[in-house]
Formats: sequence, structure tokens, C-alpha cells
Amino acid sequence: MKFLLIEDNIQLAHAICSRMGFDGHVIDHAGTIQDARAYSATEDYDLILLDIMLPDGDGRDFLKHHREGKNDTPVIVLTARSQVSDRISILDLGADDYVTKPFDHAELEARCRAVLRRRGGTSQTVLRIGNVAFDPVAGTLVVDEVSVQLRNRELRLLELLINAPGQIFAKQKLVDRLFSYDDDVSENAIEVYIGRLRKHLKGSSLSITTLRGLGYRLDHD
Amino acid sequence: MTDTVRISGSLRRRLAITLIGGAAILAILLFIVVRAYAAQIAQKGQDSILGASVTSILDAAAIRNGSVELDFPYSAFSILNTPSDDRVFYAIHRDDTLLSGYEFLPQPPEKNGAQHTFFTTTFHEATVRIAQASRVLVGENLRTEVFVTVAQTQDALSVTLNRISRNVALFGIGFFLLAALLSFWATSLTIDPLTRLTTSITRRGPQDLTPVSKPVPIEMVPLVVSLNSLMERLDQSLQRSEDFIAEAAHRVRTPLATVRSYAEATLQRVSKEENRQALRSMVRAIDESSRAAGQLLDHAMITFRADHLDRQDIDLVDLVSELVRGLSPVADMKDVEFVLQSDAHVDVTGDPILLQNAVRNVIDNALKYSPSESVISICVRADPTPRVIITDQGPGFPVNQMTQLTGRFTRGDNATGIIGSGLGLTIAQEVAVAHGGTLYLSNQPEGGACVTFSM
Repeated sequence: MKFLLIEDNIQLAHAICSRMGFDGHVIDHAGTIQDARAYSATEDYDLILLDIMLPDGDGRDFLKHHREGKNDTPVIVLTARSQVSDRISILDLGADDYVTKPFDHAELEARCRAVLRRRGGTSQTVLRIGNVAFDPVAGTLVVDEVSVQLRNRELRLLELLINAPGQIFAKQKLVDRLFSYDDDVSENAIEVYIGRLRKHLKGSSLSITTLRGLGYRLDHD
Repeated sequence: MTDTVRISGSLRRRLAITLIGGAAILAILLFIVVRAYAAQIAQKGQDSILGASVTSILDAAAIRNGSVELDFPYSAFSILNTPSDDRVFYAIHRDDTLLSGYEFLPQPPEKNGAQHTFFTTTFHEATVRIAQASRVLVGENLRTEVFVTVAQTQDALSVTLNRISRNVALFGIGFFLLAALLSFWATSLTIDPLTRLTTSITRRGPQDLTPVSKPVPIEMVPLVVSLNSLMERLDQSLQRSEDFIAEAAHRVRTPLATVRSYAEATLQRVSKEENRQALRSMVRAIDESSRAAGQLLDHAMITFRADHLDRQDIDLVDLVSELVRGLSPVADMKDVEFVLQSDAHVDVTGDPILLQNAVRNVIDNALKYSPSESVISICVRADPTPRVIITDQGPGFPVNQMTQLTGRFTRGDNATGIIGSGLGLTIAQEVAVAHGGTLYLSNQPEGGACVTFSM
């Protein structure tokens, strides 16, 4: 997906870019409202991540302007204010959702996905490999015209694997991506989800290989 | 609030008492003046008749053959007839010698010659009005002065005066009653703008610090001006502290977010278990601190707002659906499913911000303790009282701690390893209580916690 991140704190912006880069997303970073306007005028983004306190104004002004300009790129606000009243005013201004800093990237991603699903898709096309069609936003996997609705963790796991076929993923890395930091789960928990994906992918040109001691890999015949 | 205000009298009572007291004094004065004036006029009437009587007797006096002769004219006494049959006394003196009449009829202390002298005194145990005049008679080598004194009791006069007094008294009482009524009316008319101002300020929500803009009488302008300036200052200082909190949150949370994002990104690269544990602990500590900060602010806000609920008519079903929609992505991450069952509409009056906060906290809790791929059921019902019932398939509440869990910073024994501040249920309970309801915790027989938030 292609994001525009509007955040004046260079370090945070860098951290977010580097974290989201792991998921294969493309992120442009604007440090001011002025830059953000220039970016959003020239590029087509799937989503805008917007900080509220910016050096040249209030992020809410950008949001208002953005909506008044009939620009319907979804906006998720990154707010430092956790109070309900602030959240409500942000949503009233036309934001699609918000996350409170410091945020869990998995949650941010889940929210992005939910917003995109609600908005009915992205510019990103459905991924097709062989007889498999995978829509990561809608969460559907089609194998030989048979459609399966994936559960969230299955979806995230498949998304990771399918974006880098042939690459080996260590179990612990997959655990990190699928479970939150307060779940104390063993690495074996991942096996359940691998097992389910294998079942879903049965009869397709894709298969998941177990590499003992190393992890998993998605192979394409 | 009234118990902290010291009360010194009442403006309404003070104004009413002043006006009614003034009316009473005026009524009494009116009575006294009118009665005195009436008495004076009545006295003048009697005096002129007595004077005429004296004059007619004096006119009849003449010197004939060297002696004083006096022929009473009939009219001299007939004009003194009254309906009350007042008694009439007379005395005629030639110099100091009594010629005719009552010997002991009192004489004026100073004789005034031809001029009439009037005075009031007591004679034969009755109050009498006495008129006296004299006439000098001159004959052949005879020069003598004749004094005529006529007295009349005052029965008719006092009857008249009593009648006048009664009428004046009735008139005075009527005047007083009318004035009292008018003063009640005037009082409430005067107090009315004050009452209206009070009502309009009392009706305001806790956030409403706009200046009073309704027109007020000129005497209340200084009060309203200082009230407005007080509210402006309050508004400014609230605004300042809100800005400060926002700025502080921004300053604290942004670096935390940076640390968390870096930690997450680094976690993707390192594979040594030791380092991974350290990074995980970092992320947890950040979540813990940010959650605690948020909950503490929310709790402070709730304590503040609970005293001044910003009551609005809301549909509890809408409010809960909105919350569920907002939390779905988070539930999705654990493959937890929300099942919302509700009546068509559950209309309640309450503070939407507080209610959202409370229900959100309970759902958050359920989410935290729910195992993967489980169901959280949320039920919104109107009967017997508006309520939200949230049940999960987690471990449930520890039975021996059930009553303590709503206390501040209290967490269940089985909460180790789960990030939380121990304020979630406290917030939910305080909001429920502020709305006259309760927060009821229980465990379901088939396992899982059940929280009933009722209003």
C-alpha cells in the first residue's frame, strides 16, 4: 500500500517508515502541512496518516481542507490525546479513524485495513499467482474459483508469506507479527495457522514448506 | 452549593417589608391628618354657631332707664339644636356680676373684649365648647360692659368625628391593602430578572462558559459584567490547562511512539532471544505507561464531570454500536468476534462522553482477557433499566476478589502478564453511579466474565 505520513517529529517518522517498510508498504513523509498538501496534490495515496500538532498549523485544519477539497483518500489520525472528547472531534472532522500514540503497528495496520475495506478497496490490485487470487483488504482467498474468507491472523500470515515467495521466515518472526506483545505465546502457536493456510491452499499452485529449525517458506510450483 | 453560601436576609423580603412598611406609615399618617383636619372643620362649624348665638344675645342687650336690660332672642338657642340633643349652658355677666345663667360656667382666662374667645373645657362632667364675647353699653352717666358666655356639649360633634374616623380608617386600610398588593407585585417584578439570570446560569452544561448575552436591567449590568469576566478568565485558564495537557501529551507520547516503533522494527532484525526479550519488555513498558497515563487522565476527567453531568438524550444502541465498530479492528487482530444484540432503541439521558468511556473500558477489558478466536457478546437492553451486558469467554473474574475489582488500581490475581492500569472497571463503575446505576460483575456458569453496566 502507499501511505503519506504527515508527522513533524523526524525520529518518529523515521521509525514508522522503517517499521512499515518491513510490511512492504511505500511511505512518503511530509513534515509540514505545506509539504503534505504538495504531496497529496501530486501523488495518489491509499491512506494518509496524520499527526495533529504540526509546526505550521493544526492537523485538523489540513483534515478539514482535505475533505472540503473533495479529496476522499482515507485519513487515519495519529493523536497524542487519548481523551474521548478529542477522539470524537477528530472523527467529526472527517477522519476515518485514529490511533493514540504510542501505537501498535499491528493495530495501525488493522485499522488501515478496516478503513480501506469500509471504503471499498484500494488502488492495489488483487494478488494473483497461478490459480490463486488473494485480496488482502477484503481478506478473501480464491483457489480455483472457490472463495474462502480468511481469519485475520491467517490473512496476515499469508500476506507476509505471499509478498516474499521463496523467502524463509523464522517462527519467532512470524509470532512477533501475529501476536501482540502481551500475549505470551510459544513459537508452536504459529503451527496452527500454518496448518490452516495449508488447508486453504490445498489444490492450488502454492504450498508452504517447513524447514526444520529454520522456519517456513511459501513455494510456487 | 447553598450550604457554602452565607445568607444575609432576603432581597425579596427586604424590599417587600420596606414597601409594605412604607404603605402602613402612609396609611396611618393619612388617617391622622384627615381626622385632624375633619376635627378642625367640625370645631369651626360649632364655633361659628356658638359665636352667632353669643352675638345675637349681646345684640339684644341695651341700657334702659339706667339699668341693663337683656331680652333673649329665641333664635339664640334654637340655632344650637343638634340631633344629639347637646346641652347648652350660658352665663351673662355685667362686669364681674352674674346677671343670669350658670354661676360657675368657666370664664376664659383672658377676656378679649368684643372679639370672640373660644375654648374647650369640662363642665358638669362633660366636655364643653365655650364661646364668649362682650359688649360695652353706654347710657346716661353709665358705662358698663356685658359679658355673654355660651357653652355647648360636644356629643353631636364626637358622633360626627367618630363617623369620619371610621370612614377614614376604612379608607386607610383599603389603601394599605392595595399598596401591599402592589408592593408584592413590584417585588417579584424587580426580583424576576435576577431569578431568570440564575436559572439561565444553573441550566448550563459544565463546558458552557460563554458570556451571558441576554439583556438585563441596568442595575444588574455590573454583576453580569463581572460574571462574564470571571467566566472568560475561567474559560481561558481551562483552555490553557487543556492546551497544556495536549502539549504535554504530545511531548511525552511522541518520543514514546518513536521508541516503540523502533523497538518493533528492531525486533524484526534481531534473533538473539535475550535481545528479543529486552525489546519486548520495552514495548510492554511503553504500552503500560501510555495506558496508565490515558486512564489517569480519563479518570480525572470523569471525577470532574461526574458532578456536572452534561446530560443529553442519546440512544445507547447507537453509542455501543459506534464503540464496537471502533474496536473491531483490534478484536480482529486476535480473531475475536463481537456479537451485538440489542433492542431497537434504548433511549437514555446521560453524558455521552462518560458513557462512551465507561462502555469502552468494559469492552477493552473483555478484549484483553479473551482468548484468540472467541466471541464477546454485547447486549443492549432497555428493561428493566437501560443496560449493557458484556460477556466474554476468558478466564472470568477471580471469585474471591469480585468485590474489590472496581477499586482503584486493583487488578485480579489472574491479570499478570496482561497490560492494564487497574482503573478500567473503576471508571466504568463511577460513570454508572454518576448516572444512578450500578456496575455488576459476575462469572457465567459456562466460564467467562460478565459485566452488567446498568443505568
